[in-house]
Amino acid sequence: MFRFIAARLLQTIPVLFVVATMTFFMVRVMPGGPFDSERSVPPEIKRELDAYYGLDKPVFQQYLAYLGKLVRGDLGYSIKFANRSVNETIATTFPVSLQLGGMALGLALLLGITAGVMAALRPNSALDYAASGLSMMGICLPTFVLGPLLVFAFALKLQWVNASGWFDSTDIILPAITLGIVYAAYIARLTRGGMLEILSQDFIRTARAKGASEVRIIFRHALRGGLLPVISFLGPAAAGILTGSFVIEMIFQIPGLGRHFVTSVFNRDATMITGVAVFYAALIVFFNLLVDILQVWLNPKLKY
Amino acid sequence: MKRLNFLLLLAALIVVSGCGKRETRVEVANREQILLYGNKAEPQDLDPHVVQGVGEHQIISTLLEGLVAEDPKTLDPVPGLAERWEISPDGKVYTFHIRANAKWSNGDPVTAEDFVKSYRRILTPSLGSLYSYMLHPMKNAKAFNEGKLTDAAQLGVRAIDARTLEITLECPTAYLLNSMASHYTWWAVHMPTVEKHGDPYRPGNKWTRPETYVGNGPFILTEWVPNSVIRVRRNTNYWDSANVRLNGVDFLPIESIDSEERSFRAGQLHRTEELPNAKIDAYRKDNPDLLRIDDYLGNYFYRINVTHPALKDKRVRHALSQALDRQAIVETVTRGGQKPAFAFTPPNTAGYTSRAQLKFDIEGAKKLLADAGYPEGKGLPPIEIHYNTSENHRAIAEAIQQMWKKNLGVDATLRNEEWKVYLDTQTATNYMVSRAGWIGDYPDANAFLETFLSYSGNNRTGWANPEFDRLLQEAGCVSDVKQRTELLQQAEALLLDEMPLLPIYFYTRVYLLNPAVKNWHANYQDHHPFKYVYLEAPAK
Repeated sequence: MFRFIAARLLQTIPVLFVVATMTFFMVRVMPGGPFDSERSVPPEIKRELDAYYGLDKPVFQQYLAYLGKLVRGDLGYSIKFANRSVNETIATTFPVSLQLGGMALGLALLLGITAGVMAALRPNSALDYAASGLSMMGICLPTFVLGPLLVFAFALKLQWVNASGWFDSTDIILPAITLGIVYAAYIARLTRGGMLEILSQDFIRTARAKGASEVRIIFRHALRGGLLPVISFLGPAAAGILTGSFVIEMIFQIPGLGRHFVTSVFNRDATMITGVAVFYAALIVFFNLLVDILQVWLNPKLKY
Repeated sequence: MKRLNFLLLLAALIVVSGCGKRETRVEVANREQILLYGNKAEPQDLDPHVVQGVGEHQIISTLLEGLVAEDPKTLDPVPGLAERWEISPDGKVYTFHIRANAKWSNGDPVTAEDFVKSYRRILTPSLGSLYSYMLHPMKNAKAFNEGKLTDAAQLGVRAIDARTLEITLECPTAYLLNSMASHYTWWAVHMPTVEKHGDPYRPGNKWTRPETYVGNGPFILTEWVPNSVIRVRRNTNYWDSANVRLNGVDFLPIESIDSEERSFRAGQLHRTEELPNAKIDAYRKDNPDLLRIDDYLGNYFYRINVTHPALKDKRVRHALSQALDRQAIVETVTRGGQKPAFAFTPPNTAGYTSRAQLKFDIEGAKKLLADAGYPEGKGLPPIEIHYNTSENHRAIAEAIQQMWKKNLGVDATLRNEEWKVYLDTQTATNYMVSRAGWIGDYPDANAFLETFLSYSGNNRTGWANPEFDRLLQEAGCVSDVKQRTELLQQAEALLLDEMPLLPIYFYTRVYLLNPAVKNWHANYQDHHPFKYVYLEAPAK
């Protein structure tokens, strides 16, 4: 197992290298620069700024300097927010995204697995159709519709929670639901499929024949295999929840990392774009590794 | 049965907790005299010599004060850190006397030397200040800022003694005091603090954190959570602290205007930065007491590429302008109380209204177009309207497209681009007609007209007129107000006659304001000096 993890970790190096290189050059060929604005920038000032950020040097030289800093873990300073480093921005905003994402994922798992198992236990019953119908709705409902709807109901009408902000402990509730609900829907469908397959297998029939209780059959025998499709979905889902929170962060005014992922591109903030992209790439690789380990652990058919 | 009871109890609990109406943030803040202010964008920084945004102005104006300040109603210059000043008869030398009790938030006295050093700093090229040109009226400032002069001692600013500052100008500049009062580039920073937290002459200095910020305004920075909140609280070292009525301001950078409006409705904000267009009518009808529509010092216009073969002839440009029903655009498209623009400078800008006015005259437009060789639009290639991607810009472009077709028989096409790409295209003059907006940095016609100087980077139309340049340069150097106004009038008339731009409407600021906010006055710069503002909850 140790060898497996070590090998996988080694594989991440070229992946991150490719991501860093590609974003670096893609940013350089994008039209428009960080200092462009409705008010023209005097050429003398532009020269000074370019020199300060090393943008006046040949692109390849910039690239080498960038790589040199990257291997030391230094992602550089934001160009738009000149006195904040990208490392600092990630350090202060990622915990917020993680908290929100963790809550959303927890919610998605709780709702999704419960609904999926219930649907699988009574396939083609009213309960099954209700669960499938609801999860279909969850998949189809875009967050920018669901978010404002929840705010309207719970913040404006009932006044239980705030409409936006990240100040009170209750501020996490609406965004976590908005973010988690889509994933809950996917998880419900995957769980139902996985459970249906497992429940029809011989070892379950054997367990039933031996007189095991239904609860024991589900939790002890079926879930372990039934959740395999969910587990393989979790890697990309966790990464998606963490990177895809841009819309949620805007709707609910949450100081997370997701918005930097998007706004830095509008700002042509080269260091921020590449820094956040590399960070997210590392995160995705990490989650996929985690999922691979989990899968082998849960599935006796696989080996490290 | 037991289970049912439990459920009923739970439901009752939820209902009760819901009915017990929570006190909203605004209600709490009213009691504590904390203004909750929607500020739209996260500030780039809080260093007045580095930033360039309008949102930054609102925050920095609580932390720093100029030698001259703004009257809360008229925005006319009133004494700020300087208790009085003298202007030499030729209008070129200003002498400011700083108050004896003017102090920095750390207790240091505010000195003339602070201003000398600050002005040197913002003009130093390596700082890369994008707004340093605001100081160019000062003697030698432009040359120093462009690196052509390296001796800072030759700048037109010196400290006569600790409390007397002398500023010498290149030319008498009529709007100098307005500019010093309203624009943060003219405000001083506490140099010992700046020096302590990085290179004062490079970007990226970290002195603007709450732990380290030293200011001289009515409030001090106490908390800054990026993309969440910036809190400022009363500065007891401020010279006029006894007359400051608010205890603080919370600036909330809510970027989404829909979220901002919802937060306002949920009682989390006293003031929004904007209001979505779609909601204006509803507020007009149901909550007119919350809706504010203030005239704003800005012009929404189209640039015309005068080097394009189809638009070279100014008769074509005039035809396009005369065929526009601007009144219809503001009434049916923008709907935010905007005023149709028949000139470039907004009317009554510091007493100036352009004498020359464009007109809406379809018959005249048809004739002009025929004279130019395109009767009923025949032979004229389709006019491409270029704009940055946005629903509102598209709606306006579509209305104009329709008007040109209906009134002139001229076809138009639309091309939208993402913001930075759009700027690139515009700077390269790679368009036919391109959307633009201009907000005056200071209330003076010059703030608008100077953008069309042949050597201005803001021109972007390919239009260059030596006579126009001469008129504006001359206006910049006469001390007689009447004569100056006359020169500006001539320059604007010339600009409108040559028509490298198509004015469409004058901006308004449309926002929501809680009625508890008092001493808040409408003005065309959207400046509301916070030291005068206070909160008074309406009696229930």
